[in-house]
Amino acid sequence: MSQNTLNIITLLIPALPLLGFFIHIFFKNKISEKLAGIHASMWVALSFVLSLVLFNQLQSVEVIHVQLCNWFSVGGLTIPFAFQIDHLSIVMMMVITGVGSLIHVYSIGYMHGDEGFNRFFSYLNLFIFFMLTLVMANNYILMFVGWEGVGLCSYLLIGFWYKNQEYNKAANKAFIMNRIGDLAMLFGLFLLFQYAGTLTFDGVNESVSRIVPDENMLTAITILLFIGACGKSAQLPLYTWLPDAMAGPTPVSALIHAATMVTAGIYMIVRSNLLFSLAPFTLEIIMVVGIVTAIFAGSIALKQNDIKKVLAYSTVSQLGLMFFAIGVGAYEAAMFHLITHAFFKALLFLSAGSVIHGLGGEQDIRKMGGLDKRMKITHWVFGFGVLAIMAVPPFSGFFSKDSILIAAYHISPVLWVIGLFAGLLTAYYMMRVYAVVFRGDERMSAEVSKHIHESPRVITTPLIVLTVLAIFGGLLNIPHLFGGNKMMMHYLSPVVPMDEKHMAMNTEIMLMIIASVAIFLTIYFAHLKYKIKKTVPEADAQITGFGKVLNHKYYIDELYNAIVVKPLNMFGNFLYKIIDLQVIDGFVNGTARFSAYCSSQLKNIQTGAVSFYLFAMALGMVGILLLIILM
Amino acid sequence: MDNTGALSEQMRAIPLENFIMLSLILFSIGVMGILMRRNLIVVFLSIELMLNSINLMAAAFSSYHNDPQGQAFVFFIMVVAAAEVAVGLAMLVMIYRNTKSIDINSLDKLKW
Repeated sequence: MSQNTLNIITLLIPALPLLGFFIHIFFKNKISEKLAGIHASMWVALSFVLSLVLFNQLQSVEVIHVQLCNWFSVGGLTIPFAFQIDHLSIVMMMVITGVGSLIHVYSIGYMHGDEGFNRFFSYLNLFIFFMLTLVMANNYILMFVGWEGVGLCSYLLIGFWYKNQEYNKAANKAFIMNRIGDLAMLFGLFLLFQYAGTLTFDGVNESVSRIVPDENMLTAITILLFIGACGKSAQLPLYTWLPDAMAGPTPVSALIHAATMVTAGIYMIVRSNLLFSLAPFTLEIIMVVGIVTAIFAGSIALKQNDIKKVLAYSTVSQLGLMFFAIGVGAYEAAMFHLITHAFFKALLFLSAGSVIHGLGGEQDIRKMGGLDKRMKITHWVFGFGVLAIMAVPPFSGFFSKDSILIAAYHISPVLWVIGLFAGLLTAYYMMRVYAVVFRGDERMSAEVSKHIHESPRVITTPLIVLTVLAIFGGLLNIPHLFGGNKMMMHYLSPVVPMDEKHMAMNTEIMLMIIASVAIFLTIYFAHLKYKIKKTVPEADAQITGFGKVLNHKYYIDELYNAIVVKPLNMFGNFLYKIIDLQVIDGFVNGTARFSAYCSSQLKNIQTGAVSFYLFAMALGMVGILLLIILM
Repeated sequence: MDNTGALSEQMRAIPLENFIMLSLILFSIGVMGILMRRNLIVVFLSIELMLNSINLMAAAFSSYHNDPQGQAFVFFIMVVAAAEVAVGLAMLVMIYRNTKSIDINSLDKLKW
């Protein structure tokens, strides 16, 4: 296929969703609901097909570079509007457009009847455009454009039902926390430009490998970039926006806060793996922050009673695992887990949405139960999603989580144990959610119970597709142990270095078995408590002890309120009441009052009496004469 | 013809300072008249007095330095004085017609 055709295809991929967005702007409410939903999904699906075409073509061509134009050229810094399609970006593109198109189709059913239906799809299309820009960019600045753009779409979509003030606050929280990370990332980029002299990925990589590494500078740059990633991918301490972001419609939670936007931080770090490999101190920090976040968020999920909040904390926890993988140097394992996580987390969120839809808006798991008989398809797909996330062999989660754990074991067995513990937390809270929602007695009100229905095909079909991906996703990257050849990791290796350490077969098998046994044991205990004994989480007033701390999310939100929000508000108030109103306004008004006073005193000179004027004239002349004589 | 020289000789017998002093006194009297008197005619009178004191000084200098420029200048001053008196008296008549008084402070509406 000629270079020209490839270029056109590359440009079309982000352009089609953008076109969908513009069509909405110009035709707003003139298109029917059905048409809006279908054409929006169509653009993304087309982008997916084109991504597949490019994937095919990349077998022969290593990289595709497409440059639209030079954006700006200032001093030594030249930033082009250019895309770079290599193995890493094509994988991300396929995930984004593939999962994205499934979610678009799902939303046709889920958002049916909502008055903002068309607006929703325009925002979704815009989001896909920005996310594609993020992964297709060939330089840090264009990537940052995509970065900010997805933050914006996240804000628009979280606060989609804008009439509710609480949702608006959640949207603000998400955007502002993102901004904090973005500030750090910008500083990192400034330093990076000073260090490497360029900001294109190829340029940076080449420059960094050429000059003698200045470790302090690199550590500073990478730490700042990592803080940016923390903001976007919801790690400690910038994670509290993600659970609040559940205020948005469920497809938004699935797309943005599970499969794509939150993975941008991981993508950025994997893309800059050369920089991070040269700054081992930062990698240590990433590892610690990742695993601490994983366990922290996992523990909170144990006691949450809103089905979406459990999944939100689960996302934070899984992202922590991905950062943990990066920290131990296993970039390709992080990418593998990113992909499988996109599949099963989107699946879990979407099926949770199906449950919520079927129950007429109920989200509290204490008011669910016994849905296995009432919503059969949803039950099955959710079940498979749960099996995948719990890393039960042979589903996809098992392979991806295992590759992370094996990489951690290379560094230290202790890390393996800690990583396994995070996995056990996952198993426990997911089993809890599954058993409480789908098994046991029905606890919903009679009203709701009458109206329970399985979701329509437009919702369940994407769910089934995602289930297949969640089950068989592991096939992407089967380790040598099972006769596979680590297909995906080899595919990514030109961009993402593979961990070449080898482990004795026996050790690997043993670790896998221990991990699986531990997971099965945890599942059994949770099963015992929640399914056999049919324990139901207690009402809010009855939660006691450490469970209460967990239920209240370690009171972190309250902590942030006291430490950050309140002082900022007080400072803002101070600036307003004292500095703005009293000092600045006082100064400006005072100047005016002063000149008015002066003039009111000076006007007395105009007495109207001619003799006085003559006198003044004589005085003036004397004065001038004096001046002349004296000077 | 020779008289002028003799006259200057006699003149030089009076020190120049005397003329300057006289001129100064006349000028100050003129200034005080302007500032202190309320009758417009007296004010004009004082102005003339000031002008004439300057004439006197210019003529004295011219004589003592044998430089005719001073006396020529006196002519100019006299012409200006004459023109100014004409205009001033015309204004005085208009003021009297409008305010029935020749008090210098009679026009006092242009004040704050």
